[in-house]
Amino acid sequence: MINILIHSFYDLMRSKWSYVYFLFYLMLGFLLLFFNSDLSKSIITLMNVIVVLTPLIGTIFGAMYFYNSKEFVELLLAQPLKRRTIFLGQFFGLSLSLTLSLVAGLGIPFMVYGIFMSSDIFNFFTLLMVGSVLTFVFTALSYYIALSNDDKIKGIGFAILVWLFMAVIYDGLFLIFLVLFEEYPLEYASLGASMFNPIDLSRMLIILKLDISALLGYTGAVLQNFFGTSWGMLATSSMLLLWVIVPINRIVAKSKKKDF
Amino acid sequence: MIAVKNLHKSFGSLNVLDGLDIQALDQGIFAILGPNGSGKTTLIKCILGMVIPDKGSIQINGKEVLGEWAYRGSISYMPQIANFPPNLKVIELINMIKSLRPEAIHEEALIETFGLKDSLEKKLVNLSGGTKQKVNIVLTFMSDSPLIILDEPTTGLDPLALTSLKQLILQERDKGKTILITSHIMSFIEEMADEVVFLLEGNIFFNGTIDSLMKQTKARNLELAISTIIQNSND
Repeated sequence: MINILIHSFYDLMRSKWSYVYFLFYLMLGFLLLFFNSDLSKSIITLMNVIVVLTPLIGTIFGAMYFYNSKEFVELLLAQPLKRRTIFLGQFFGLSLSLTLSLVAGLGIPFMVYGIFMSSDIFNFFTLLMVGSVLTFVFTALSYYIALSNDDKIKGIGFAILVWLFMAVIYDGLFLIFLVLFEEYPLEYASLGASMFNPIDLSRMLIILKLDISALLGYTGAVLQNFFGTSWGMLATSSMLLLWVIVPINRIVAKSKKKDF
Repeated sequence: MIAVKNLHKSFGSLNVLDGLDIQALDQGIFAILGPNGSGKTTLIKCILGMVIPDKGSIQINGKEVLGEWAYRGSISYMPQIANFPPNLKVIELINMIKSLRPEAIHEEALIETFGLKDSLEKKLVNLSGGTKQKVNIVLTFMSDSPLIILDEPTTGLDPLALTSLKQLILQERDKGKTILITSHIMSFIEEMADEVVFLLEGNIFFNGTIDSLMKQTKARNLELAISTIIQNSND
Protein backbone atom coordinates (compact mmCIF):
# COMPACT_ATOMS: atom_id res chain seq x y z
CA MET A 1 0.00 0.00 0.00
CA ILE A 2 2.85 2.38 0.87
CA ASN A 3 4.14 2.01 -2.68
CA ILE A 4 0.83 3.10 -4.27
CA LEU A 5 0.47 5.83 -1.66
CA ILE A 6 3.88 7.30 -2.45
CA HIS A 7 3.26 7.31 -6.18
CA SER A 8 -0.17 8.91 -5.86
CA PHE A 9 1.34 11.44 -3.51
CA TYR A 10 4.20 12.31 -5.89
CA ASP A 11 1.82 12.48 -8.81
CA LEU A 12 -0.37 14.98 -6.94
CA MET A 13 2.51 16.97 -5.52
CA ARG A 14 3.47 17.79 -9.10
CA SER A 15 -0.02 18.76 -10.16
CA LYS A 16 -0.62 22.48 -10.42
CA TRP A 17 -3.82 22.20 -8.38
CA SER A 18 -1.88 21.20 -5.26
CA TYR A 19 0.11 24.42 -5.68
CA VAL A 20 -2.96 26.52 -6.26
CA TYR A 21 -4.48 25.12 -3.06
CA PHE A 22 -1.22 25.64 -1.17
CA LEU A 23 -0.80 29.21 -2.44
CA PHE A 24 -4.40 30.02 -1.55
CA TYR A 25 -3.82 29.11 2.09
CA LEU A 26 -0.46 30.85 2.09
CA MET A 27 -2.07 34.07 0.85
CA LEU A 28 -5.03 33.74 3.17
CA GLY A 29 -2.71 33.26 6.14
CA PHE A 30 -0.50 36.25 5.30
CA LEU A 31 -3.45 38.52 4.49
CA LEU A 32 -5.27 37.67 7.71
CA LEU A 33 -2.19 38.25 9.80
CA PHE A 34 -1.31 41.43 7.90
CA PHE A 35 -4.70 43.04 8.57
CA ASN A 36 -5.11 41.57 12.00
CA SER A 37 -1.87 40.70 13.72
CA ASP A 38 -3.67 39.17 16.68
CA LEU A 39 -2.96 35.46 16.29
CA SER A 40 -5.89 34.37 18.40
CA LYS A 41 -8.45 36.36 16.38
CA SER A 42 -6.94 35.17 13.13
CA ILE A 43 -7.43 31.58 14.29
CA ILE A 44 -11.15 32.18 14.82
CA THR A 45 -11.52 33.75 11.38
CA LEU A 46 -9.59 30.87 9.87
CA MET A 47 -11.83 28.36 11.60
CA ASN A 48 -14.84 29.64 9.70
CA VAL A 49 -12.96 29.30 6.43
CA ILE A 50 -11.49 25.89 7.19
CA VAL A 51 -14.64 24.09 8.33
CA VAL A 52 -16.30 24.92 5.01
CA LEU A 53 -13.43 25.02 2.56
CA THR A 54 -11.41 21.89 3.42
CA PRO A 55 -14.53 19.71 3.01
CA LEU A 56 -15.27 21.32 -0.36
CA ILE A 57 -11.73 20.82 -1.66
CA GLY A 58 -11.65 17.25 -0.30
CA THR A 59 -14.96 16.55 -2.02
CA ILE A 60 -13.92 17.90 -5.42
CA PHE A 61 -10.43 16.37 -5.40
CA GLY A 62 -11.69 13.00 -4.12
CA ALA A 63 -14.17 12.53 -6.95
CA MET A 64 -12.03 14.10 -9.69
CA TYR A 65 -8.96 12.11 -8.75
CA PHE A 66 -10.89 8.86 -8.82
CA TYR A 67 -12.33 9.53 -12.27
CA ASN A 68 -9.07 10.83 -13.71
CA SER A 69 -7.04 7.88 -12.48
CA LYS A 70 -9.47 5.24 -13.69
CA GLU A 71 -7.24 3.84 -16.42
CA PHE A 72 -4.28 3.85 -14.09
CA VAL A 73 -6.31 1.92 -11.53
CA GLU A 74 -7.05 -0.61 -14.26
CA LEU A 75 -3.33 -0.97 -14.84
CA LEU A 76 -2.82 -1.55 -11.11
CA LEU A 77 -5.69 -4.02 -10.93
CA ALA A 78 -3.81 -6.24 -13.37
CA GLN A 79 -0.81 -6.35 -11.03
CA PRO A 80 -0.43 -8.83 -8.17
CA LEU A 81 -2.05 -6.50 -5.62
CA LYS A 82 -5.11 -6.74 -3.41
CA ARG A 83 -7.86 -4.33 -4.30
CA ARG A 84 -7.76 -2.89 -0.80
CA THR A 85 -4.08 -2.03 -1.27
CA ILE A 86 -4.77 -0.08 -4.46
CA PHE A 87 -7.73 1.96 -3.28
CA LEU A 88 -6.49 2.72 0.21
CA GLY A 89 -3.10 3.62 -1.24
CA GLN A 90 -4.70 6.12 -3.61
CA PHE A 91 -7.01 7.50 -0.97
CA PHE A 92 -4.24 8.12 1.56
CA GLY A 93 -1.93 9.54 -1.11
CA LEU A 94 -4.60 12.05 -2.06
CA SER A 95 -5.66 12.96 1.49
CA LEU A 96 -2.09 13.39 2.64
CA SER A 97 -1.16 15.66 -0.25
CA LEU A 98 -4.21 17.87 0.41
CA THR A 99 -3.38 17.90 4.11
CA LEU A 100 0.18 18.91 3.32
CA SER A 101 -1.04 21.87 1.23
CA LEU A 102 -3.21 22.99 4.14
CA VAL A 103 -0.62 22.54 6.87
CA ALA A 104 2.24 24.11 4.90
CA GLY A 105 0.08 26.88 3.45
CA LEU A 106 -1.14 28.06 6.86
CA GLY A 107 1.89 26.96 8.84
CA ILE A 108 4.36 29.21 7.01
CA PRO A 109 2.60 32.57 7.61
CA PHE A 110 1.82 31.72 11.23
CA MET A 111 5.42 30.67 11.76
CA VAL A 112 6.61 33.97 10.31
CA TYR A 113 4.29 35.81 12.70
CA GLY A 114 5.75 33.89 15.63
CA ILE A 115 3.16 31.23 16.49
CA PHE A 116 5.83 29.14 18.21
CA MET A 117 6.48 31.90 20.72
CA SER A 118 2.81 32.37 21.44
CA SER A 119 0.41 30.63 23.82
CA ASP A 120 -1.93 30.12 20.86
CA ILE A 121 0.24 27.37 19.48
CA PHE A 122 -2.05 24.60 20.75
CA ASN A 123 -5.15 26.30 19.40
CA PHE A 124 -3.44 26.60 16.06
CA PHE A 125 -2.55 22.91 16.12
CA THR A 126 -6.14 22.05 16.93
CA LEU A 127 -7.26 24.07 13.94
CA LEU A 128 -4.82 22.29 11.62
CA MET A 129 -5.77 18.90 13.05
CA VAL A 130 -9.46 19.57 12.50
CA GLY A 131 -8.78 20.81 8.95
CA SER A 132 -6.78 17.65 8.24
CA VAL A 133 -9.45 15.34 9.66
CA LEU A 134 -12.15 17.12 7.64
CA THR A 135 -10.01 16.65 4.53
CA PHE A 136 -9.84 12.91 5.23
CA VAL A 137 -13.59 12.68 5.96
CA PHE A 138 -14.77 14.43 2.82
CA THR A 139 -12.14 12.93 0.54
CA ALA A 140 -13.26 9.50 1.75
CA LEU A 141 -16.95 10.33 1.26
CA SER A 142 -16.50 11.65 -2.26
CA TYR A 143 -14.07 8.88 -3.21
CA TYR A 144 -16.68 6.38 -2.08
CA ILE A 145 -19.39 8.18 -4.07
CA ALA A 146 -17.17 8.20 -7.16
CA LEU A 147 -16.45 4.50 -6.69
CA SER A 148 -20.20 3.80 -6.56
CA ASN A 149 -21.13 5.90 -9.62
CA ASP A 150 -19.63 5.15 -13.01
CA ASP A 151 -21.16 8.28 -14.44
CA LYS A 152 -18.70 11.11 -13.78
CA ILE A 153 -21.26 13.94 -13.81
CA LYS A 154 -23.57 12.06 -11.45
CA GLY A 155 -20.73 11.16 -9.09
CA ILE A 156 -19.29 14.67 -8.85
CA GLY A 157 -22.76 16.19 -8.57
CA PHE A 158 -23.77 13.84 -5.79
CA ALA A 159 -20.51 14.41 -3.91
CA ILE A 160 -20.96 18.19 -4.04
CA LEU A 161 -24.55 17.78 -2.89
CA VAL A 162 -23.32 15.88 0.17
CA TRP A 163 -20.92 18.72 0.92
CA LEU A 164 -23.67 21.32 0.45
CA PHE A 165 -25.97 19.36 2.73
CA MET A 166 -23.39 19.12 5.52
CA ALA A 167 -22.07 22.67 5.16
CA VAL A 168 -25.31 24.60 4.64
CA ILE A 169 -28.59 22.69 4.43
CA TYR A 170 -28.08 20.66 7.60
CA ASP A 171 -27.86 23.77 9.79
CA GLY A 172 -30.96 25.22 8.14
CA LEU A 173 -32.99 22.07 8.75
CA PHE A 174 -31.65 21.97 12.26
CA LEU A 175 -32.85 25.52 12.89
CA ILE A 176 -36.31 24.79 11.50
CA PHE A 177 -36.47 21.74 13.72
CA LEU A 178 -35.55 23.81 16.79
CA VAL A 179 -38.17 26.45 16.00
CA LEU A 180 -40.92 23.92 15.29
CA PHE A 181 -40.38 21.99 18.50
CA GLU A 182 -39.42 24.86 20.74
CA GLU A 183 -41.91 23.78 23.40
CA TYR A 184 -40.11 20.53 23.97
CA PRO A 185 -36.78 19.93 25.73
CA LEU A 186 -34.45 19.68 22.75
CA GLU A 187 -31.03 19.56 24.39
CA TYR A 188 -30.24 15.94 23.74
CA ALA A 189 -31.99 15.70 20.40
CA SER A 190 -29.93 18.61 19.12
CA LEU A 191 -26.79 17.23 20.65
CA GLY A 192 -27.45 13.92 18.88
CA ALA A 193 -28.18 15.68 15.61
CA SER A 194 -24.91 17.58 15.60
CA MET A 195 -23.00 14.30 16.02
CA PHE A 196 -24.15 13.31 12.53
CA ASN A 197 -22.49 16.24 10.83
CA PRO A 198 -18.69 16.28 10.74
CA ILE A 199 -18.63 20.01 9.98
CA ASP A 200 -20.69 20.84 13.08
CA LEU A 201 -18.54 18.50 15.13
CA SER A 202 -15.36 20.22 13.98
CA ARG A 203 -16.73 23.65 14.71
CA MET A 204 -17.70 22.61 18.22
CA LEU A 205 -14.36 20.96 18.81
CA ILE A 206 -12.43 24.10 17.86
CA ILE A 207 -14.69 26.41 19.87
CA LEU A 208 -14.43 24.18 22.92
CA LYS A 209 -10.68 24.27 22.58
CA LEU A 210 -10.59 28.04 22.11
CA ASP A 211 -12.99 28.36 25.04
CA ILE A 212 -15.09 31.13 23.51
CA SER A 213 -18.50 30.44 24.95
CA ALA A 214 -20.04 33.37 23.07
CA LEU A 215 -19.48 31.48 19.82
CA LEU A 216 -20.55 28.11 21.14
CA GLY A 217 -24.15 28.29 20.03
CA TYR A 218 -26.93 26.15 21.35
CA THR A 219 -25.56 22.63 20.83
CA GLY A 220 -22.10 23.70 21.86
CA ALA A 221 -23.46 25.02 25.16
CA VAL A 222 -25.42 21.83 25.75
CA LEU A 223 -22.39 19.78 24.90
CA GLN A 224 -20.15 21.71 27.28
CA ASN A 225 -22.79 21.45 29.95
CA PHE A 226 -23.23 17.75 29.37
CA PHE A 227 -19.66 16.62 29.02
CA GLY A 228 -17.54 19.46 30.40
CA THR A 229 -14.79 20.86 28.16
CA SER A 230 -12.33 17.96 28.18
CA TRP A 231 -14.89 15.17 27.92
CA GLY A 232 -16.70 17.21 25.29
CA MET A 233 -13.53 17.41 23.23
CA LEU A 234 -12.97 13.70 23.63
CA ALA A 235 -16.54 12.93 22.55
CA THR A 236 -16.39 15.17 19.49
CA SER A 237 -12.94 13.87 18.50
CA SER A 238 -14.07 10.25 18.74
CA MET A 239 -17.14 10.99 16.63
CA LEU A 240 -14.95 12.73 14.05
CA LEU A 241 -12.66 9.72 13.98
CA LEU A 242 -15.68 7.52 13.30
CA TRP A 243 -16.48 9.83 10.40
CA VAL A 244 -13.09 8.89 8.94
CA ILE A 245 -13.20 5.18 9.71
CA VAL A 246 -16.70 4.39 8.43
CA PRO A 247 -16.31 5.84 4.89
CA ILE A 248 -12.87 4.20 4.53
CA ASN A 249 -14.48 0.94 5.54
CA ARG A 250 -17.15 1.46 2.88
CA ILE A 251 -14.46 2.17 0.25
CA VAL A 252 -12.83 -1.17 1.00
CA ALA A 253 -16.13 -3.08 0.92
CA LYS A 254 -17.27 -1.41 -2.31
CA SER A 255 -13.95 -1.90 -4.09
CA LYS A 256 -14.11 -5.65 -3.49
CA LYS A 257 -17.37 -6.03 -5.38
CA LYS A 258 -16.91 -3.58 -8.23
CA ASP A 259 -16.35 -4.52 -11.88
CA PHE A 260 -13.76 -2.52 -13.81
CA MET B 1 -2.54 -23.30 -18.87
CA ILE B 2 -5.89 -21.46 -18.85
CA ALA B 3 -9.21 -23.25 -18.58
CA VAL B 4 -12.60 -21.59 -18.23
CA LYS B 5 -15.70 -23.47 -17.11
CA ASN B 6 -19.32 -22.38 -17.29
CA LEU B 7 -18.53 -18.68 -16.93
CA HIS B 8 -21.56 -16.40 -16.47
CA LYS B 9 -21.57 -12.63 -16.26
CA SER B 10 -24.36 -10.18 -16.78
CA PHE B 11 -24.41 -6.41 -16.38
CA GLY B 12 -27.95 -5.59 -15.31
CA SER B 13 -30.21 -7.29 -17.83
CA LEU B 14 -27.43 -7.64 -20.39
CA ASN B 15 -26.09 -11.18 -20.51
CA VAL B 16 -22.47 -10.81 -21.63
CA LEU B 17 -21.00 -14.22 -20.87
CA ASP B 18 -23.46 -17.08 -20.97
CA GLY B 19 -21.91 -20.29 -19.70
CA LEU B 20 -18.63 -19.87 -21.53
CA ASP B 21 -16.32 -22.89 -21.65
CA ILE B 22 -12.76 -22.85 -22.92
CA GLN B 23 -10.75 -26.05 -22.84
CA ALA B 24 -7.17 -25.54 -21.78
CA LEU B 25 -5.28 -22.97 -23.84
CA ASP B 26 -1.63 -23.98 -23.70
CA GLN B 27 1.47 -22.62 -25.36
CA GLY B 28 1.09 -20.42 -28.41
CA ILE B 29 -0.65 -17.28 -29.63
CA PHE B 30 -4.42 -17.27 -29.29
CA ALA B 31 -6.55 -14.61 -30.90
CA ILE B 32 -9.80 -13.83 -29.13
CA LEU B 33 -12.14 -12.54 -31.81
CA GLY B 34 -15.77 -11.57 -32.04
CA PRO B 35 -18.04 -8.69 -33.00
CA ASN B 36 -18.43 -5.67 -30.73
CA GLY B 37 -20.17 -6.62 -27.51
CA SER B 38 -19.48 -10.34 -27.83
CA GLY B 39 -17.73 -10.49 -24.44
CA LYS B 40 -14.04 -10.44 -25.44
CA THR B 41 -13.01 -7.74 -23.02
CA THR B 42 -15.26 -9.12 -20.27
CA LEU B 43 -13.60 -12.52 -20.66
CA ILE B 44 -10.12 -11.00 -20.42
CA LYS B 45 -11.13 -8.91 -17.43
CA CYS B 46 -12.58 -11.97 -15.70
CA ILE B 47 -9.28 -13.78 -16.18
CA LEU B 48 -7.49 -10.78 -14.66
CA GLY B 49 -9.96 -10.49 -11.78
CA MET B 50 -11.05 -6.99 -12.81
CA VAL B 51 -14.60 -8.13 -13.48
CA ILE B 52 -16.12 -10.50 -10.96
CA PRO B 53 -18.13 -13.25 -12.69
CA ASP B 54 -21.55 -14.30 -11.40
CA LYS B 55 -20.82 -17.99 -11.73
CA GLY B 56 -18.19 -20.37 -13.07
CA SER B 57 -14.53 -21.10 -12.62
CA ILE B 58 -11.25 -19.98 -14.15
CA GLN B 59 -8.16 -22.07 -13.64
CA ILE B 60 -4.61 -21.05 -14.40
CA ASN B 61 -2.02 -23.83 -14.17
CA GLY B 62 -4.61 -26.02 -12.50
CA LYS B 63 -5.36 -23.53 -9.72
CA GLU B 64 -8.67 -21.75 -9.22
CA VAL B 65 -8.00 -18.01 -9.46
CA LEU B 66 -11.34 -16.31 -8.80
CA GLY B 67 -11.06 -14.17 -5.67
CA GLU B 68 -7.28 -14.55 -5.55
CA TRP B 69 -4.71 -11.87 -6.32
CA ALA B 70 -1.18 -13.29 -6.17
CA TYR B 71 -1.65 -15.24 -9.43
CA ARG B 72 -1.62 -11.94 -11.36
CA GLY B 73 2.15 -11.97 -10.82
CA SER B 74 2.29 -14.57 -13.61
CA ILE B 75 0.26 -12.45 -16.07
CA SER B 76 1.41 -9.47 -18.12
CA TYR B 77 -1.55 -7.41 -19.29
CA MET B 78 -1.52 -4.66 -21.85
CA PRO B 79 -4.70 -2.56 -21.60
CA GLN B 80 -6.36 -1.04 -24.63
CA ILE B 81 -6.07 2.61 -23.63
CA ALA B 82 -2.66 3.69 -22.45
CA ASN B 83 -3.57 6.32 -19.89
CA PHE B 84 -1.12 6.82 -17.08
CA PRO B 85 -0.77 9.22 -14.13
CA PRO B 86 -0.01 12.45 -16.00
CA ASN B 87 2.58 13.91 -13.65
CA LEU B 88 4.82 10.87 -13.29
CA LYS B 89 7.91 10.52 -15.45
CA VAL B 90 8.22 7.47 -17.71
CA ILE B 91 11.12 6.10 -15.70
CA GLU B 92 9.17 6.49 -12.45
CA LEU B 93 6.23 4.55 -13.87
CA ILE B 94 8.53 1.78 -15.04
CA ASN B 95 10.19 1.62 -11.63
CA MET B 96 6.82 1.58 -9.93
CA ILE B 97 5.53 -1.41 -11.91
CA LYS B 98 8.91 -3.02 -11.40
CA SER B 99 8.52 -2.73 -7.64
CA LEU B 100 5.08 -4.37 -7.78
CA ARG B 101 6.07 -7.47 -9.75
CA PRO B 102 7.60 -10.55 -8.20
CA GLU B 103 9.66 -11.74 -11.18
CA ALA B 104 12.86 -10.50 -12.78
CA ILE B 105 12.48 -7.39 -14.93
CA HIS B 106 14.48 -6.55 -18.04
CA GLU B 107 13.48 -3.19 -19.41
CA GLU B 108 16.72 -1.81 -20.91
CA ALA B 109 16.62 -3.73 -24.19
CA LEU B 110 12.96 -2.84 -24.74
CA ILE B 111 13.56 0.85 -24.08
CA GLU B 112 16.33 0.70 -26.68
CA THR B 113 14.18 -1.18 -29.22
CA PHE B 114 11.28 1.25 -29.02
CA GLY B 115 13.50 4.34 -28.91
CA LEU B 116 12.24 5.55 -25.56
CA LYS B 117 15.62 6.54 -24.14
CA ASP B 118 15.04 10.27 -24.68
CA SER B 119 11.54 10.09 -23.23
CA LEU B 120 12.46 8.49 -19.90
CA GLU B 121 12.72 11.77 -18.05
CA LYS B 122 9.59 13.24 -19.64
CA LYS B 123 6.26 13.38 -17.87
CA LEU B 124 3.64 11.06 -19.31
CA VAL B 125 1.25 13.94 -19.94
CA ASN B 126 3.68 15.34 -22.54
CA LEU B 127 3.92 12.14 -24.61
CA SER B 128 2.07 11.50 -27.85
CA GLY B 129 -0.47 8.67 -28.12
CA GLY B 130 1.95 6.41 -30.00
CA THR B 131 4.77 6.99 -27.51
CA LYS B 132 2.41 6.19 -24.63
CA GLN B 133 1.54 2.95 -26.40
CA LYS B 134 5.27 2.17 -26.63
CA VAL B 135 5.58 2.75 -22.88
CA ASN B 136 2.60 0.42 -22.51
CA ILE B 137 4.48 -2.25 -24.50
CA VAL B 138 7.62 -1.87 -22.41
CA LEU B 139 5.60 -2.19 -19.18
CA THR B 140 3.96 -5.36 -20.50
CA PHE B 141 6.95 -7.17 -21.91
CA MET B 142 9.61 -6.18 -19.38
CA SER B 143 8.45 -8.82 -16.92
CA ASP B 144 8.98 -12.48 -17.68
CA SER B 145 5.44 -13.81 -17.14
CA PRO B 146 4.26 -17.14 -18.58
CA LEU B 147 0.91 -15.62 -19.63
CA ILE B 148 0.63 -12.44 -21.72
CA ILE B 149 -2.67 -10.73 -22.52
CA LEU B 150 -2.75 -7.99 -25.17
CA ASP B 151 -5.88 -5.89 -25.75
CA GLU B 152 -5.68 -4.13 -29.15
CA PRO B 153 -1.87 -3.87 -28.98
CA THR B 154 -1.33 -2.19 -32.36
CA THR B 155 -3.26 1.04 -31.67
CA GLY B 156 -1.32 4.13 -32.67
CA LEU B 157 1.97 2.41 -33.51
CA ASP B 158 4.16 3.46 -36.43
CA PRO B 159 5.27 0.71 -38.86
CA LEU B 160 8.70 0.38 -37.28
CA ALA B 161 7.29 -0.07 -33.78
CA LEU B 162 4.68 -2.47 -35.14
CA THR B 163 7.40 -4.65 -36.66
CA SER B 164 9.30 -4.63 -33.36
CA LEU B 165 6.10 -5.57 -31.52
CA LYS B 166 5.46 -8.52 -33.84
CA GLN B 167 9.02 -9.76 -33.36
CA LEU B 168 8.65 -9.40 -29.63
CA ILE B 169 5.42 -11.42 -29.56
CA LEU B 170 6.98 -14.20 -31.66
CA GLN B 171 10.06 -14.27 -29.40
CA GLU B 172 7.86 -14.70 -26.35
CA ARG B 173 5.94 -17.50 -28.05
CA ASP B 174 9.20 -19.29 -28.78
CA LYS B 175 9.93 -19.22 -25.05
CA GLY B 176 6.85 -21.40 -24.61
CA LYS B 177 4.48 -18.75 -23.27
CA THR B 178 0.73 -18.44 -23.64
CA ILE B 179 -0.29 -15.24 -25.40
CA LEU B 180 -3.87 -13.97 -25.77
CA ILE B 181 -4.54 -11.17 -28.24
CA THR B 182 -7.69 -9.28 -29.13
CA SER B 183 -7.65 -7.10 -32.20
CA HIS B 184 -9.92 -5.89 -34.94
CA ILE B 185 -7.05 -5.81 -37.40
CA MET B 186 -7.41 -9.15 -39.14
CA SER B 187 -4.17 -9.01 -41.10
CA PHE B 188 -2.33 -8.73 -37.79
CA ILE B 189 -4.21 -11.73 -36.37
CA GLU B 190 -3.70 -13.76 -39.54
CA GLU B 191 0.02 -13.13 -39.37
CA MET B 192 0.44 -13.79 -35.65
CA ALA B 193 -2.13 -16.19 -34.27
CA ASP B 194 -1.77 -19.96 -34.01
CA GLU B 195 -5.36 -20.45 -32.98
CA VAL B 196 -8.57 -18.46 -32.97
CA VAL B 197 -11.19 -18.38 -30.23
CA PHE B 198 -14.29 -16.81 -31.74
CA LEU B 199 -16.90 -15.49 -29.32
CA LEU B 200 -20.50 -14.86 -30.28
CA GLU B 201 -23.20 -13.73 -27.89
CA GLY B 202 -21.30 -14.75 -24.80
CA ASN B 203 -20.32 -18.18 -25.94
CA ILE B 204 -17.64 -19.89 -28.02
CA PHE B 205 -18.63 -20.11 -31.65
CA PHE B 206 -15.37 -21.48 -32.97
CA ASN B 207 -12.13 -22.65 -31.43
CA GLY B 208 -9.35 -23.91 -33.68
CA THR B 209 -6.64 -23.00 -36.15
CA ILE B 210 -7.07 -20.25 -38.73
CA ASP B 211 -6.82 -22.83 -41.55
CA SER B 212 -9.72 -24.87 -40.25
CA LEU B 213 -11.79 -21.70 -39.83
CA MET B 214 -11.11 -20.78 -43.47
CA LYS B 215 -12.07 -24.27 -44.61
CA GLN B 216 -15.27 -24.15 -42.60
CA THR B 217 -16.32 -20.79 -44.03
CA LYS B 218 -14.75 -21.27 -47.49
CA ALA B 219 -13.44 -17.71 -47.37
CA ARG B 220 -10.32 -16.35 -49.07
CA ASN B 221 -8.91 -14.65 -46.01
CA LEU B 222 -9.55 -14.28 -42.30
CA GLU B 223 -11.31 -10.95 -42.60
CA LEU B 224 -13.88 -12.39 -45.01
CA ALA B 225 -14.25 -15.53 -42.90
CA ILE B 226 -14.99 -13.48 -39.80
CA SER B 227 -17.37 -11.19 -41.68
CA THR B 228 -19.24 -14.24 -42.99
CA ILE B 229 -19.69 -15.62 -39.49
CA ILE B 230 -20.89 -12.31 -38.07
CA GLN B 231 -23.28 -11.80 -40.97
CA ASN B 232 -24.71 -15.33 -40.68
CA SER B 233 -25.28 -14.82 -36.99
CA ASN B 234 -27.19 -11.61 -37.66
CA ASP B 235 -29.55 -13.30 -40.15
